[in-house]
Amino acid sequence: MNILEYTFQQVINAVSQGSMFALVAVGLSIIFSLLRLTNFAHGDMMMVGAFGTLVMQLAGVPFELAVLLGIVISALVGIIIERVAYRPVRGAPDVTMLLTSVALTYILENLGILIFTSSPRNFPLPDWLGASFNLADGRISFTSINLLTFGLTLLALLFLAWFVRNTQVGLGMRAAAEDLTASYLVGINVNTVIVVAFVMASSFAGLAGVLWAAQAGVVEPHMGFTPLLKAFVAAIIGGFGSIPGAIIGGFVLGALEVLIQSLPSEWGLGSYRDAIVFTLLIAFLLFRPGGIVGVKQEVKL
Amino acid sequence: MSETLLKLEHLEVNYGAVRALKNVSLEVKKGEVVALLGANGAGKSTTLRAISGLVKAKAGNINYANQTISRFDPTQIVALGISHCPEGRRVFPGMTVLENLRLGASQRRDKENIQADLDRMFEMFPILLERKSQTAGTLSGGEQQMLALTRALMNRPKMLLLDEPSLGIAPLIVRQIFATLSELKKTGTTILLVEQNVNIALNLADRAYVLRTGEIVLEGSASELRANSERVAQAYLGGGIEISASRAA
Repeated sequence: MNILEYTFQQVINAVSQGSMFALVAVGLSIIFSLLRLTNFAHGDMMMVGAFGTLVMQLAGVPFELAVLLGIVISALVGIIIERVAYRPVRGAPDVTMLLTSVALTYILENLGILIFTSSPRNFPLPDWLGASFNLADGRISFTSINLLTFGLTLLALLFLAWFVRNTQVGLGMRAAAEDLTASYLVGINVNTVIVVAFVMASSFAGLAGVLWAAQAGVVEPHMGFTPLLKAFVAAIIGGFGSIPGAIIGGFVLGALEVLIQSLPSEWGLGSYRDAIVFTLLIAFLLFRPGGIVGVKQEVKL
Repeated sequence: MSETLLKLEHLEVNYGAVRALKNVSLEVKKGEVVALLGANGAGKSTTLRAISGLVKAKAGNINYANQTISRFDPTQIVALGISHCPEGRRVFPGMTVLENLRLGASQRRDKENIQADLDRMFEMFPILLERKSQTAGTLSGGEQQMLALTRALMNRPKMLLLDEPSLGIAPLIVRQIFATLSELKKTGTTILLVEQNVNIALNLADRAYVLRTGEIVLEGSASELRANSERVAQAYLGGGIEISASRAA
């Protein structure tokens, strides 16, 4: 295997990994930018999406439709938690909202355990999704899940970019993120904006959950925890609250993780992957809290 | 005189333990420009914020076009045709001039007229057309004030609340903005204007109120107050509470 092929293989891995982080991080950033809410329950939307898909499949719905319905279910759960849990504490001190989201995480995960037990369940995939492709006599390989992950992420992000530029609600979303008081004054329907934001964030997370489950082959109630932490790191190093920041952060983090793992094994760094990632997080928080895109600290008037 | 459009009765607003407004009563008639004068911290901005629903009155009543709006939320109030152009301009800095203007029309039901109104705004301030695709954060203070004003006008307001449109802006541009405001006045837009610059405010206004520490201490027609500038100065600075004869009338 020559160096070019090796690099190409690692780029495929990095893009696939980074897509997933970006997809989850974008939702975290949107919600944070609007509400100053660090939404810990966001990772559980992955679980909801994956279990939703699984249940639909078990009910006999074909896979593609089941995925769609799974995403719809995560969006609905997103709407419900906004209405029931977050709206009543809107405007409360940040720590109240933070604790609410932690409580929601426990509720959702334990509901998951109650309904599906805590043991991992097999996530059945159609044959075409299990396929793998080989290039250069098998020295470069990837699966259709890799392709699908990147393709669907790209579609989702392009849709988001179109939405926030060309629709009235999307413009309102950016405006409310920049200056909530001024948004009220120009008559933006902030409630609608926030509900739509939860729909978007939750369906993106639901999609990420399905892709994650497809890659891992299993679903379980705690499956959202690790990707949530990674998405946090991605969102913060990109610039917390910024959509482009979350995307950049997602891909940077994906690339970094793959890079660490592709280092020669005699260096022994591979097992320190998470430690290195979180050290980077601390470094960013200390020296560049605005992240890569440099989010400015908001001015409260 | 024509009918009353906006009427505040015994309005009282608190920020926590601090009483920002105590017993403020004023009225604005349809088509009138009324100036609200007073020193820093007198409660001028708070009065506007109470009208637009950003702060809730602790006591008293806000009446607009014969309905009580004291409990309405800001979105509803904008939908009624009250636009508030806030202190410090508050344009959306990361969004383009055009996007800012489109957001000003958020509560408009007549979507088909929006393009015509955009053209009207660009005609009013041609510099904004030049800067159409620039983000608002890159504009000068004066240009941002033009944008904040036109953004408020995109709502086709029946009543315009203006908070310190001259603050921190070059005199030449202040003159340009106030020329536009007097054009608006001619077209019948009702304006409640908060202003530190007494002369420029009294030149535009029909009537004025002077606020001090959350209370109205002087009111009168603009010409009356222009002729009695020492009384205005006294009302700003303190001394005996003095209410002109026109209040009783």
